[in-house]
Amino acid sequence: MESTTDIEFEVNGKRVRLAVSPREHLADVLRQRCGLTGTHLGCEHGVCGACTVRVDGAAIRGCLILAVQADGAQVRTIEGEGNDPVMQALQQAFIERNALQCGYCTPGFLLTAAELLELDPDPSRESIREYLSGNICRCTGYQAIVDAVELAARRLRGEAGTDASVP
Amino acid sequence: MSSAPANRDGTDLRARAIGQSTVRAEARRFVTGAGAYVDDLPAHRLLHAAFLRSPVAHGTIVKLDLAPALRMEGVVAAYDGEALAPHCQPVRGLLAHLADMQAALQWPLARDRVRWVGEPVALVIAESRALAEDAAQAIAFEWAELPPLVDPRLALEPDAPRLHAELDSNLMFAATVATANVEQAFAQAGTVVELAMRTERVTAMALEPRGLLAQWDAAQHRLTVHMGTQVPWMMQAVFAGVLGIGCDQVRVVAADTGGSFGSKIHCYGDESAVAVAAKRLGRPVRYVADRLEAFVSDVHARGHEAVVRAAVDADGRLTAFEVDDLCGAGPFSIYPRGSVNESRHVLGLTGACYRATEYRARIRVAMQTMAIYGQYRGVGHPLACLFTEAAVDAAARQLGIDPLAFRRRNLVPDDAYPHRAPSGARFERLSLCACLDELARLMGYDRLRADQRERAADHERGAHQGVYRGIGLAVFVENSNHSSANYGRGGAPIASRDGAMVRLTQGGGIQCAVGLTDSGQGVTTAMAQIAADAVGASIVDIRVFMGDTEHTPVSGGNWGSRGTGISGEALWQAGIALRAQLVAAAAALHACSPDALELVDGTFLRRDDRACVCTLQALADAIYFRPERFPRGFQPEPAAQRHYAQTEYDGIYTNGASASWVEVDTRTGFIKVLGHWIVDDCGTVINPLLLDEQLRGAAVQGIGQALFEGCLYGNQGELRNATLADYLVPMAAEMPDIHVGHVTTPTATSALGAKGGAEAGITGALASVVNAINDALAPLGAQVLELPVTPERVLRAIGAIHDPAP
Repeated sequence: MESTTDIEFEVNGKRVRLAVSPREHLADVLRQRCGLTGTHLGCEHGVCGACTVRVDGAAIRGCLILAVQADGAQVRTIEGEGNDPVMQALQQAFIERNALQCGYCTPGFLLTAAELLELDPDPSRESIREYLSGNICRCTGYQAIVDAVELAARRLRGEAGTDASVP
Repeated sequence: MSSAPANRDGTDLRARAIGQSTVRAEARRFVTGAGAYVDDLPAHRLLHAAFLRSPVAHGTIVKLDLAPALRMEGVVAAYDGEALAPHCQPVRGLLAHLADMQAALQWPLARDRVRWVGEPVALVIAESRALAEDAAQAIAFEWAELPPLVDPRLALEPDAPRLHAELDSNLMFAATVATANVEQAFAQAGTVVELAMRTERVTAMALEPRGLLAQWDAAQHRLTVHMGTQVPWMMQAVFAGVLGIGCDQVRVVAADTGGSFGSKIHCYGDESAVAVAAKRLGRPVRYVADRLEAFVSDVHARGHEAVVRAAVDADGRLTAFEVDDLCGAGPFSIYPRGSVNESRHVLGLTGACYRATEYRARIRVAMQTMAIYGQYRGVGHPLACLFTEAAVDAAARQLGIDPLAFRRRNLVPDDAYPHRAPSGARFERLSLCACLDELARLMGYDRLRADQRERAADHERGAHQGVYRGIGLAVFVENSNHSSANYGRGGAPIASRDGAMVRLTQGGGIQCAVGLTDSGQGVTTAMAQIAADAVGASIVDIRVFMGDTEHTPVSGGNWGSRGTGISGEALWQAGIALRAQLVAAAAALHACSPDALELVDGTFLRRDDRACVCTLQALADAIYFRPERFPRGFQPEPAAQRHYAQTEYDGIYTNGASASWVEVDTRTGFIKVLGHWIVDDCGTVINPLLLDEQLRGAAVQGIGQALFEGCLYGNQGELRNATLADYLVPMAAEMPDIHVGHVTTPTATSALGAKGGAEAGITGALASVVNAINDALAPLGAQVLELPVTPERVLRAIGAIHDPAP
């Protein structure tokens, strides 16, 4: 049998204790052991960004960190962001602007964009494009994603005329 | 031909939900991480599959011993080609209606010989994916290398080693077409341009790799497969064939599908092997390719070499086109679509947008030891467009005519339809000139030319040294709403006739079932819009169910820009039928004539005073719970089903035009796309919000192929860049904002009038980007005719580097 290591970490605000194999990466553990399948695997070599999660606040690649390295960390996935106002604004804007098609890259984009808006509440289109350049979307032309992040940022800044138009 | 959809009072029904930028209701699932892709699906007693794949391009299997794998922890079973063969049938990717096509039998796993790096050789089934991968590595596999066949030209040499003993050459397919006076047209031309072009192979790179979850129900003797797919009905026939069971013993359900772009419409050996294993083992088995496997086992596409020529007379009129195209399509023709349609599009469509009446083409498709080859978004249309439009620009440049004016002079005029191209391709009705005019307006063509001239003047003054800007145009056609001409007539089990079912639910809503899938296009929402208008219900009361062979009517699936045009028309007709049935039921319930009522937004109104008679909810209540309220003997019918096939043309061509505005830095070879524009005519637009971003996404894929993407093979047939770090796809920072415009020419072959919009964006993009680069390089007397146009190729073109390519 494979040897395992006990880890204890916080996933979406809940303490979790697991015995994990040293070779398991965090994204696999979140998906297979925690049932959090909103974290997607697109390449498992750190390029596509579909497995982006937040570890101690930082948006990182779930496929490039071993689960044992997350021992003691606070981990947040797309499923745990439902009450976050920045994430809510982004989700709503993504829906309205059709900033997703197949949806496979979407959680990664949302988590990366949330980190951006926390750091810079008023990013230019260029800096949005730059910040999201670690995430591959193969369906959209990226334009709708940039539009959506811009719209969410405007709403979070409380700018007039940006009320949500649809449920 | 059906009549245009109009209400009895003459109001256009399409003016309601159809044409609105309705947001996708299902999008909320994806933004909350609740999508359910095949790797997310739960299954009881699930087993996992991993493959051993060939590390060499060509070799004889000398030893394949599964015993070490079978001894490993957690391993349940292992199969090689020989072990699997008694339990399955091979496939042959032959289209029977194509003369001179040949293709070899293909088994799910290699037998005797391996023929490409990545070919599945053995399958291990274990309790976890990690354990299955461990065991696959323990298999004792030895081979004796055979000479790889990489260059398709060499593969076709008479003395080249034959890839398949059962075939007498490595030529998969060849075809020619020539008009009577083509020789004369070239001989008499005032100007002839000739370009030798080459495009690197690319791959669709759907972000979710291929995968399936297969389960065998021994009690019902039935296979159920959940998978990422565009074609559940086709896959039902494919799995039935592979397992040697009846179609009705297979159920295929499309899971949420993380992109596809033509990559998930094929019979892959690894997927077939998993289905066979699931049947043998009686436990569910899941396999999802990892990214490295995807690169070597997904179909590749678009690797061509072509010499294209165009002849222009003394008046600046194009008189003839010629193309000689060669493509290397891997060792097997992919089942069931075959690997030759890309080349067939090149044959059928090169030069086809122009008035030139003379044409000659030759296409050849060679078998070689590279990854298997198949359809990718747009299939051959982007290549036909690239070859044509590069030649058109070269001719205009040589003649000193503005490329926009040269196209206006030579395009088939918009009032000349139906039109038959010299190749034989038939176009119902195109708007090439209108699209080009709209494109010129949208992009501000004259302003960009003025900017370019100012730049040139700056160069004279010593500013902006080494940085050149260029404009590229491309005019294109793109097939949609296919008849059976491509597949059904060739024996491929891909339906041309789609069905749609619509019914009134007991809750007063409208439930629709169509056989399509939604891999992100938003077709679920488009179908709801169509159903809402056809029935006369509010869109919020429409539920659309798709993608399950158990619960939907038959469909050819969602590929080739056919979903909305074909299934959408079936749904429209079913909805119209249901509307009439419901009006008749409401009239019977309220003792009036059906002619006195209409159904609007879920409410039955009296035509004379617009008074509300009842709602769909009230009618449903009466139909299901209070049948005694209807007149004696009257049986209301709350469901309707219709089917539709487009049979008048081989396909209904859409058309459009695209433009790129690029900056080339000749010091570094770097290219920056400053702007990109598309004007598309896909007939009736169902949802502009969804369509426009689809056009943009497709354009980005096209820009990717033009500038970055290529499957780079070494001379031993090894794929050298099978990672996302090495195979470059466009990211947000490199892409410009993309501006979209529309011209609307509904097809008269359906009442809905919709053609497809999924591929138009990519079809023109390759050509417009390449033309823009060559426009920028024109002052240097340089041009690049190989894709992708990498910085290295730019620097070679301008003579900045001379050493031979590595």
